[in-house]
Amino acid sequence: MTSFYHTPFPARFRGVWAWLLTLDHKRIALLYLGAVMFWFIIAIVLGFLVRMELMTPGRTIMGAETYNAAFTLHGVIMIFLFVIPAMPAIFGNFLLPIQIGTDDVFFPKLNLLSWYLYMLGGVLAIVSLFADGPPDTGWTFYVPFSVSTQTNVGLTVTAAFTLGLSSMLTGLNFITTVHRMRVPGMGWLQIPLFTWSLYATAWVQLLATPVLSITLLLVVFERVFGTGLFDPARGGDPVLYQHLFWMYSHPAVYIMILPGMGVISEIIPVFSRKSIFGYKAIVGSSLGIATAGSLVWAHHMFTSGMSDVAVFVFSFLTFIVAIPSAIKVFSWVSTMYKGSILMTPPLFFALCFIYLFSVGGLTGLVLGSAGTNIQVHDTHFVVAHFHFVMFGGTGFSFFAALHFWWPKIFGRMYDFKRAYLSALLIVTGFMLHYVPMFILGLQGMPRRYHDYLEQFAPGNLFAGLGALIMVPGLFLMVINLMMSLKQPVDAPADPWGGTTLEWSVPSPPPLHNFIERPSPGEYPYDFSRVGTP
Amino acid sequence: MDPHIQSYKKLGGVLGVLLVLTAITVGVSRLDLGSLSLWVAMVIAGMKSALVLLFFMHLKYESWLIRGSFLMTIGVLALFIGFMFWDVAFR
Repeated sequence: MTSFYHTPFPARFRGVWAWLLTLDHKRIALLYLGAVMFWFIIAIVLGFLVRMELMTPGRTIMGAETYNAAFTLHGVIMIFLFVIPAMPAIFGNFLLPIQIGTDDVFFPKLNLLSWYLYMLGGVLAIVSLFADGPPDTGWTFYVPFSVSTQTNVGLTVTAAFTLGLSSMLTGLNFITTVHRMRVPGMGWLQIPLFTWSLYATAWVQLLATPVLSITLLLVVFERVFGTGLFDPARGGDPVLYQHLFWMYSHPAVYIMILPGMGVISEIIPVFSRKSIFGYKAIVGSSLGIATAGSLVWAHHMFTSGMSDVAVFVFSFLTFIVAIPSAIKVFSWVSTMYKGSILMTPPLFFALCFIYLFSVGGLTGLVLGSAGTNIQVHDTHFVVAHFHFVMFGGTGFSFFAALHFWWPKIFGRMYDFKRAYLSALLIVTGFMLHYVPMFILGLQGMPRRYHDYLEQFAPGNLFAGLGALIMVPGLFLMVINLMMSLKQPVDAPADPWGGTTLEWSVPSPPPLHNFIERPSPGEYPYDFSRVGTP
Repeated sequence: MDPHIQSYKKLGGVLGVLLVLTAITVGVSRLDLGSLSLWVAMVIAGMKSALVLLFFMHLKYESWLIRGSFLMTIGVLALFIGFMFWDVAFR
């Protein structure tokens, strides 16, 4: 069977044009993969440099202004160019149409446009580095600093605006595809959980992203025209900016994590050889997280001068989000209970995810509680918390997805020993890197400071050592996967014994995914239909 | 699908109503209505938006799914703005 690599679509294009002008969802997914990994590595290097700077008190490798630019760009690139787009744009694009038994997304040209917008946003982010000085506001672009600073904030928020548009169009495409293109016979409760998570995410992308886009535009208006919307001297309100920013950026956390949860919901049953526990509960919790998670934004603002009533309401709502998140964790662990567990690199990453995400989630409750939040607000505790969720959660689920679907996407299996070694290095380094930050935060070390008191030196030293273990692990993982591409295409269609539709097509899939119309089963996780891998 | 082409007469009529409402917006802005100023301006702006959506953007002729999707986005926006009043109204 000729794979999509050998059948360009549209057929008239050859060579590089067959990629740059492709309308095939799988090729577009790979375009995203290349671009996202490029940005991921840049952001990793920036984060590594930030941590090296903090390894000893005083100036270590860079000055304060460079440090400000480095952590801002680390945040902007990681959030807008890696964490938000990675899962939907790469794995969503590649797998969503296959999982619902169709040949492409509903709007293939819009899909390609999304990629070009993503690339444009990336180029603008690069240009902002070299024109008038890189931005130094942090990824939150808080006013009044973002309005008054002389660095190139305007271009950076334009980059974020463009990336937001790309994200919205992807969300729109996925919603339409799920509604209109499911193979006949596939009802809503026969949709695989990864696709369900993408569907829930897509609604958040579609409804919350415009708020950020408009807000960032208002920052540009403030800088260029001095409209005074956020200036108290002119009747404006700086806290309004924070409301508008977090109205998107907290739901964005769920844009980042929901697809990752979908990945884990796919991996756990396959390697437990057991039907997923609580399919409907997981579907409901995805929608519940998407809904409740969109209404908790102001828990980022407990120290901003917001009213006490708002503090109470948003703190209460934050605790509610913990319920659907806990339902998922409970369902994954229950799936493994009495399962016939087969350890593989994807499962190893998935198990790391469950642990790290749980720690991230529980420390989120410390921050969601108004009293403790005020103590640790803007300290390294917050940095550790969101890295446990974003890196330990989304990052590890991304790595799990890479290892799970790599044979499907490229038709090649990778070296397991190197995969395990890289995973061990990453998770060991991760713990050494971020656990000291919890302690530093509780001791009162503020985030985003270039220098610190002597009493914080041991924690920062340990965190730096953790980075020195983790970063080589990340590079080893990427190198291991890349090395597999030298091997011949020999992965079977279903190397793991999966039950969802992507495992019924060849690895890599043909251009139109299915040779004949697939027949979805009564239930997507029926392991009585497949043998032992 | 029904192309639901509208006559120039109807579109011109809607345009006329929009212009009248714009004039009213400008006129009302010169009156001192106290705390009602915002509400009056919002009601007029809402009416204008509704006319544009219903006639110029053809929402009046769309299926329940499209109308429902649109109303949901309005609902979400209202919820977002409404929740901000937990802060603004109690400061």
